[in-house]
Amino acid sequence: MPKAHREQWATRSGFLLAAIGSAVGLGNIWRFPYVAYESGGGAFLVPYLVALLTAGIPLLILSYSIGHRFRASPPVALRRLSRPAEAIGWWQVLISFFIAIYYAVIIAWAIRYAGFSIGEQWGDDPDGFFGGTFLGVTEAGDFGTYNVGVAVPLIAVWIIVLLLLGFGVRRGIEVANKIFMPLLLVLFGALVVRAVTLEGAGAGLNALFAPNWAALADGSVWVAAYGQIFFSLSIGFGIMITYASYLRRKADLTGTALVAGFANSSFELLAGIGVFSALGFMAVQQGVAVEDVAAGGIGLAFVAFPQIISEMPAGPLFGVLFFVSLVVAGLSSLISIVQVVVGAVQDRFGVGRVPAVAVVGGATAVVSIALFPAGQGLILLDTVDHWINQYGIALASLVLVVAVAWALRALPAMQRYTDAISSVPLRGWWVAALGVITPLVLGWMMYDSLKAEFSAPYEDYPQWFLNAAGWGVAGGVIVVAVLLTAVLWKRDVGTAEDDLERERQEAAAGKAAGEGDA
Amino acid sequence: MSTGAVVMLVVAIVIIWGGLAASALWLRAHPDAEDAARRQAG
Repeated sequence: MPKAHREQWATRSGFLLAAIGSAVGLGNIWRFPYVAYESGGGAFLVPYLVALLTAGIPLLILSYSIGHRFRASPPVALRRLSRPAEAIGWWQVLISFFIAIYYAVIIAWAIRYAGFSIGEQWGDDPDGFFGGTFLGVTEAGDFGTYNVGVAVPLIAVWIIVLLLLGFGVRRGIEVANKIFMPLLLVLFGALVVRAVTLEGAGAGLNALFAPNWAALADGSVWVAAYGQIFFSLSIGFGIMITYASYLRRKADLTGTALVAGFANSSFELLAGIGVFSALGFMAVQQGVAVEDVAAGGIGLAFVAFPQIISEMPAGPLFGVLFFVSLVVAGLSSLISIVQVVVGAVQDRFGVGRVPAVAVVGGATAVVSIALFPAGQGLILLDTVDHWINQYGIALASLVLVVAVAWALRALPAMQRYTDAISSVPLRGWWVAALGVITPLVLGWMMYDSLKAEFSAPYEDYPQWFLNAAGWGVAGGVIVVAVLLTAVLWKRDVGTAEDDLERERQEAAAGKAAGEGDA
Repeated sequence: MSTGAVVMLVVAIVIIWGGLAASALWLRAHPDAEDAARRQAG
């Protein structure tokens, strides 16, 4: 079956905006501020920048290089690097599948909350409203009532995502990000301006930025910094390999990686300023310390922020800005996550874009819509998210760098390839960062989180539930990835150069036929 | 805000936002070959 020409970004800025759109997501808004606050405040800047420069940007460049050099999504790209490495590619694809099914539901909640903000419908009990009235959260193992109020916006989210992916890389993903990213900057910028002018903002910023230098002697603070960089930059689950595979042959990989990396951190810093200014306001209103109201994650977005919205003048407008920002940041990330799954099937099985989106994207949507609007959705999401982060993203990154750096010893070749087309030379630091620092830190992170897992059940959920939704999912994706690789072992993929040559010949033949017609 | 907090806020802004501005300017000064050709032709 003849394959179509590989899709390509229309412009370099289009690729950059899509890469930034993917990296800037919910984690930037609700994870970074709290992690920084808990891990030394202003002093956190030191491990954070070290992690960005010694692991975040080097891994981003490695992902760009693999995607660009081998011109395919993860399974095919990594198989072109080495046949058994295809399993790591499928592992990343399956991780993306699981992230997509729960990430979408948070966007659906944010859509509803943008609406709830207008009437401040949570009343004077945002906590009870979120877990009780809105979600009807049940115990782990009890499916609970299927919540139509979540299912409807969730279906809308999936329709938007699949339509955009159906339009393709250039007309769908690129165009969407060219709208989403400036929109996000305007909406979130307005929110931050309002937040820093609130009474008490100074107290909040003081809590976030006052440096606790003693924290730098604490190993867990460094683990937190590397963890934040890994999870926030969208590295380790195939997105950047996939996106870079649609770049032109001559593309500045290191220059774009630096911009994408710093843009992601810039947005995190902006979010930190906005979120802690608002938390400072809430603390002053309630006459308590900022430490009593500081929160992160779902609790920050769906409990603390509603509280802030209720307490401030023109709160509904602030609420709409906040929740619509979450929706926009979330959508641009979700698009990239689903594209990993869709692109992998396209590349590995030679399927066209529209059938791949319809079948694979459609199946992902059905699983997401079937499972997560239920009363158990929040607990299921929390568990799958924890395991897929720790024993999916982080572990797969560790295996990838060890395989590339040590088993295949491919870093010097990848460095030469990257330097030949890029503006910022990599030199030895890149090889050292990926060959030594990144594996050591990821290994340490793995040891740390395994120790926590075996000391007490996560969130006190029942062990059988954690075995199924946690270990079952994280282990299951590895087993399926290995099985897929074994089944496809003899089905060759050719080289990137083969694909380019075929496309050149087809283009020449098409041109000749066109001239003949004239 | 305490002096330490103000200093760290300013340092964070200068390094991170400054890093973004510097890398963006660098990238602008190094267009990809095809972009440069198109610009010249235009």
